[in-house]
Amino acid sequence: MVGFRSLKALVLGAGLVAGLGVQAPALAAGGEIHLPDTRFSFDGLFGHFDRASAQRGFQVYKEVCSSCHGMHQLSYRNLRDLGLSENEVAGIAATVQVMDGPNDEGQFVERAGRASDRFHAPFPNEKAARAANNGAYPPDLSVIAKAREGGADYLHALLVGYEEPPAGMQLGAGMHYNKYFPGHQIAMPAPLNSDGQVEFHDGTKSTIDQMARDVSQFLTWAAEPELEQRKAMGVKIILFLTVLGGLAYAVKRKVWADVH
Amino acid sequence: MSIGLHKSDFANPVIRWVDSRLPIFTMMQKEYGTFPTPRNFNYFWNFGALAMINLLIMIATGIFLAMNYTAHTGMAFDSVERIMRDVNYGWLLRYAHANGASMFFIVVYIHIFRGLYYGSYKAPRELLWMLGVVIFLLMMATAFMGYVLPWGQMSFWGATVITNLFSAFPLVGETIVTWLWGGFSVDNPTLNRFYSLHYLMPFVIFGVVFLHVAALHITGSNNPLGIDPKGPQDTLPFHPYYTAKDSVGIVAYLAVFALIVFFFPNALGHPDNYIPANPLVTPPHIVPEWYFLPFYAILRAVPDKLGGVLMMFGSIAILFVLPWLDTSPVRSMRFRPLARPFFAVWVVSFFVLLWCGGKPAEEPYVTISRVAAAYYFLYFLVILPLLGRLERPLPLPESISLPVLRGGGPLPAGAMSKPMEKA
Amino acid sequence: MADSLAPTAPQHGAPQDGETRRDFLQLVAGSFAAVGVGAMVWPFINSMNPAKDVLAVSTTDVDLKPIAAGAAITVVWRGKPVFVRSRTEAEIKAARDVPMSELKDPQADQDRVKKDQWLVLIGICTHLGCIPLGQKATDERGPFGGYFCPCHGSAYDTSGRVRQGPAPLNLPVPTYAFTSDTQIRIG
Repeated sequence: MVGFRSLKALVLGAGLVAGLGVQAPALAAGGEIHLPDTRFSFDGLFGHFDRASAQRGFQVYKEVCSSCHGMHQLSYRNLRDLGLSENEVAGIAATVQVMDGPNDEGQFVERAGRASDRFHAPFPNEKAARAANNGAYPPDLSVIAKAREGGADYLHALLVGYEEPPAGMQLGAGMHYNKYFPGHQIAMPAPLNSDGQVEFHDGTKSTIDQMARDVSQFLTWAAEPELEQRKAMGVKIILFLTVLGGLAYAVKRKVWADVH
Repeated sequence: MSIGLHKSDFANPVIRWVDSRLPIFTMMQKEYGTFPTPRNFNYFWNFGALAMINLLIMIATGIFLAMNYTAHTGMAFDSVERIMRDVNYGWLLRYAHANGASMFFIVVYIHIFRGLYYGSYKAPRELLWMLGVVIFLLMMATAFMGYVLPWGQMSFWGATVITNLFSAFPLVGETIVTWLWGGFSVDNPTLNRFYSLHYLMPFVIFGVVFLHVAALHITGSNNPLGIDPKGPQDTLPFHPYYTAKDSVGIVAYLAVFALIVFFFPNALGHPDNYIPANPLVTPPHIVPEWYFLPFYAILRAVPDKLGGVLMMFGSIAILFVLPWLDTSPVRSMRFRPLARPFFAVWVVSFFVLLWCGGKPAEEPYVTISRVAAAYYFLYFLVILPLLGRLERPLPLPESISLPVLRGGGPLPAGAMSKPMEKA
Repeated sequence: MADSLAPTAPQHGAPQDGETRRDFLQLVAGSFAAVGVGAMVWPFINSMNPAKDVLAVSTTDVDLKPIAAGAAITVVWRGKPVFVRSRTEAEIKAARDVPMSELKDPQADQDRVKKDQWLVLIGICTHLGCIPLGQKATDERGPFGGYFCPCHGSAYDTSGRVRQGPAPLNLPVPTYAFTSDTQIRIG
């Protein structure tokens, strides 16, 4: 079995090397940036969302981020997954005005939002968003946790990564220094800029780090609402396959017993 | 074949009735029941069956995804997110489909490496091998078009870059690209035709797979020793021996697949594809899906546009003539002491190319990919043809059953003699 | 060539202990695999059921003020036409006077309306899903003055109950509520 072993070792070894190399393609550009490792409740095989944290994160989004960033993939009804009651969701939805129509007279009219409505967008379109933001487009945050290398760790790092630019660095007009942003020059001014900026209902102290953590938790839930179901199902399926694999191997051994 | 009812051996009257009119049961029994299969397969021979299973998984998940996908530049991205959020188990279907593509390439690459190592492409299996290369090409086209469908940044710019490859051809290049796009840039007509073709291609693949398997069942399988079975003592009926062995491989494969789908569903994808396509902004770092990286690296290793494109297509086209490039009469590298290290280096060069393809087009990666690409071609064009003449292969065993008997360890003599009794 | 290579399955004599154990193992493994395949079929089937955004309760508000007595409007709720009809006294009386014994699907008119004047129905024939006539003043309303389905001739009365033709059931009443004297919310 020399050939079998050596080919197997070769394929596995080469695959491993290549796999490690491919892992971090984005880091190569613009120098290495090491994100601080933030441990989140949804990490790992049995990960789940910390609902209290995600609810606080939603509050941060609502009071801070949502003035510039939309989340158009989400509907208010989705907030039920975060543990909000039907009435609470209806109350939150009712705070926004939604353009609906045309009615019987052919007019578009504003009405109070409903649970089935999408999150309210801060700007009617991308051009308006750019015009209001110095030419920069505040990206939609619906799937931002999946759309950035590093996910929640990156989001948290970005929000706490604002500082004075190093001596000698010339920032562009309207740009801000962030040690975790690729290229370090970011158009968004520090959104979380003082402790206590948001007053949490559950009494949690709203430090910048806490707010950043909570909003990262919320945005991860928003990007991967299926995460808990997915991981729970995965554990069951892996266990099932382990047993089935044992059985299949036992059958194979029995079948081959009279040949070997 | 004579006209008239087929003489069926089945006892069950219903099966017999059908079988005498349409002998599918006889055929199944012949091709998958009693089919004589070399008795010495190792687990590398699982990967053909795994590829078949993988194709079926892709077709099944794809059909159900298509029920919810909208092929329109303004709606594609959101329809995919709706699948992920609102469609029941939509996330499972999509993650299984997206990662299924990666699994498919992993399985097929191992299947190809196995063929290369054990000389499965050599006479009389040349056509079998070439059909396999056709399947591989079709898979690449299908995967590429599928990756465009979510209409993220990587979808859009991948489509732009790959279709632009054809502009390298002199005179007709621009016309071909405009024709591929159905316009003057990658846009809605492009997305629509890619969707249509992406749905069609798997069934074309299925057809070629049928031919691939049909050809296999004419020549019979190669085996780790690379020598032909000389009698019944060298083979086993496919069922139950290899159905049982394939089952073990299938479960192991499913476990790896499940691990990726349920715990690392986005590890093999690129985060930029969760940014909706923007025709005005190119991402700073365009990379194709990992399974294209070796060929992408070859493309970039050549400083000339047309030259790069030709080399890239050539790196796969060369596989078609491999059966005639390798002049050695010995199939399995187990008996080719010189070829073995050269092949090992070729595998390394393949993975080096894969690694370089994911890196930016700058030094030292450009030089490394040039060296690796040069060796990739050198192996096929120079080393294999020469080795056939220069190498002294090790003595081949007389038959498959002999080394199996010797290497099998101490076993009761009775167990071994059974299959031969009727010989 | 293949034929000459045909192997023969190892010959077994009388079933031995080893063989029954193998059969049992195969049975267990096979059932296990069958359960697994069965479980994986469910996500595929379920993906064809209504998605969460479809199920998310959608409601339709209808303003009743512009509807004159005897007139009707059609609104859309969950993709289906809903008939809202302002009945005249004569129409209400006709609906109330019918003896239950004459009805194919007996149901009192009182149970089908929230306010006598307002008839709210899902406007889909219970036979095979056509939309009955009767909403417009010029429509054929059939022998019972309610609705008439042109596809296969089912006729409904002024309470939307089936009186004639192949339709088996009355026109269904959607869930709705009066949000004010002149407004209803369907759903």
